[in-house]
Amino acid sequence: MARRDRLSGNEAVAEALRQINPDVMPAFPITPSTEIPQYFSKFVANGQVDTEFIPVESEHSAMSAAIGAEAAGARTLSATSSCGMAYMWEELYIAASNRLPIALALVNRALSGPININCDHSDSMGARDAGWIQIYAENNQEAYDNMVQAFRIAEHKDVRLPIMVCQDGFITSHAVENITLLEDEEVKNFVGEYHPEHYMLNPQETMAIGPYSVTNYYMEAKRAQAEGLHNAKRVIKEVADEFAKISGRQYGWFEEYQMEDAEYAMVLIGSAAGTAKDAVDKLRAEGKKVGLIKIRMFRPFPAEEIAQALKNVKAVALMDRTESYNDHGGPIGAEVMAALFRAKISCEAVNYVYGLGGRDVRVEHIEEVFAELEKVAAEGTDSAYRYMGLRE
Amino acid sequence: MATDMSKINESCSWKDLTEGMQVYEGGSSAKFHTGEWTAIKPEFDAEKCTQCLLCVPVCPDSAIPVSDYKRGEFDYDHCKGCGICVNACKPGAITMKGVNK
Amino acid sequence: MKDIVEIRWHGRGGQGAKTAALLLADVAFQTGKYVQGFPEYGPERMGAPITAYNRISDKEIRVHSNIYDPDYVVVVDESLLETVHVTDGLKKEGAIVINTEKSKEEIMPHLHGYEGKVYTIDARKVSIEALGKYFPNSPMLAAIVKVSGVMDRETFMKEMRSSFAHKFASKPEVIEGNMKALEMAFDQVQ
Repeated sequence: MARRDRLSGNEAVAEALRQINPDVMPAFPITPSTEIPQYFSKFVANGQVDTEFIPVESEHSAMSAAIGAEAAGARTLSATSSCGMAYMWEELYIAASNRLPIALALVNRALSGPININCDHSDSMGARDAGWIQIYAENNQEAYDNMVQAFRIAEHKDVRLPIMVCQDGFITSHAVENITLLEDEEVKNFVGEYHPEHYMLNPQETMAIGPYSVTNYYMEAKRAQAEGLHNAKRVIKEVADEFAKISGRQYGWFEEYQMEDAEYAMVLIGSAAGTAKDAVDKLRAEGKKVGLIKIRMFRPFPAEEIAQALKNVKAVALMDRTESYNDHGGPIGAEVMAALFRAKISCEAVNYVYGLGGRDVRVEHIEEVFAELEKVAAEGTDSAYRYMGLRE
Repeated sequence: MATDMSKINESCSWKDLTEGMQVYEGGSSAKFHTGEWTAIKPEFDAEKCTQCLLCVPVCPDSAIPVSDYKRGEFDYDHCKGCGICVNACKPGAITMKGVNK
Repeated sequence: MKDIVEIRWHGRGGQGAKTAALLLADVAFQTGKYVQGFPEYGPERMGAPITAYNRISDKEIRVHSNIYDPDYVVVVDESLLETVHVTDGLKKEGAIVINTEKSKEEIMPHLHGYEGKVYTIDARKVSIEALGKYFPNSPMLAAIVKVSGVMDRETFMKEMRSSFAHKFASKPEVIEGNMKALEMAFDQVQ
């Protein structure tokens, strides 16, 4: 039986964690993710979970403790944002290369500077090559659903990689909205118990984690790690299908909205997708053939499938909520354009940078982008790298 | 992925490595002959040795085997030739020698 | 009620405008609506102007932007009229509710020519009388519920009582005072 409720995105993630009842949670507070360990530590204090909560002195320590706990054989997670994740940087790579299926509830926030506490994707996008699985949410419901699915994906024997479960800081993390929750028992049964094959507290097997790899081994080690991420693509789909059976909510690698006959499309991630759906509906009512693709899984990246979804469009806007400082676009732009090139699909593609540092995304902004796409399709353009919502 | 450590070597495929290069056995450092890392080695004169065993605990590489309360010949596969045992040996039973001498 | 009602709150940090917006989302949810309640976050502290928002709808809400053309505006602190353009984008079919002891006639010149309905309530007086302290958010919440008609009085009071019972579980003595403040505000907003 599903439970209808109203929760903020942070409350929703904390609620999922209460139902999952993980073994260890080391965390350090940082806006806007602070509420997750705050709510969760209350569950710990009230005895609603039997998680070992470790109030560490920094994010560097949080991820280090998570690595130690996961290596020991404990189901482990942390939560952070922005500079907190930046301070975990070294450990992110270690968690991934040691094949430790830690979960990180990431509440996306701009990286300094200028110092800013609001949403953009510069934190997680900066860590996109760290070897973590990354899935993103449009709203509190998806943040909750993704959290419930996270450990099943990360701990799968063919994957064994850490997973970042991302949602937009403040926009979803602090907004109270309707949500449908699963019963505790349903989540418990879905997630299951954690029985790693190898773990350091196993008295039957001595083992070492994180040994030095000389040049003769390092490259093979990285290739083997890449295989885990490759397998994650399949597993993410399998877990989503199984989740649909208990929740009625079907997830995939990305969501296509009004794409069947779309001539103009937008590819984006996170809360702006909801706003863009309203814009698509509005333009459809005016007879315009527009649609959007909302990416849920950014690592691994579903390149081939996204390219195929775009094969009939005249022009596409690739929306990046971060700067790459490469002077020609952002990470979604780079991924999708590479995917289109490989699939030999040649539509017009314009890469927009938007929403930095919490800059609000309005329905009107999205409508303007679609209008610009029509113009680009008709006339071409020599500026395929633009900003949305910028004061010129 | 292989978990049989004996099958992992510098010529095997990436598919045969353990996940995360994890090592599923204890004491495997004994398999690596770090004794090759030096050209000078200690030598042990059994006649001068009083079997005080002070050299044993100071050896950073556990390269002085003991049985029946008596030390034996150096384990040259693992002795890196640091010379700490020479300093610890009061009767002067250990001296450093270049292997080529 | 329309398909979707959008409300913008103007207050000062510490006055509970954000809490009021979240409470409104809470009670509207209990009546079966789709809701959003969210503040606009920045480095604001006690006393700084803050904005919070509500969307209340019969349909699923997907938009995640701030509210620029609200149906209703709530001004929790009268002094904001001097510094913040509280009527920006406010629909003239809608209304503004202001916490003030002044009359509408005295307030009108500060509303930048707003042509819609103007309601006032002396939330300070209500709060002091009902609670013995100045917490303007409960009276303002009742006032906007009455003005917007997002739910009827009886349902609102019932849901607020259960919401307070949860929120003030550790200090139940303040529940009656807050309920009284809501009732008084419902009567006195004009």
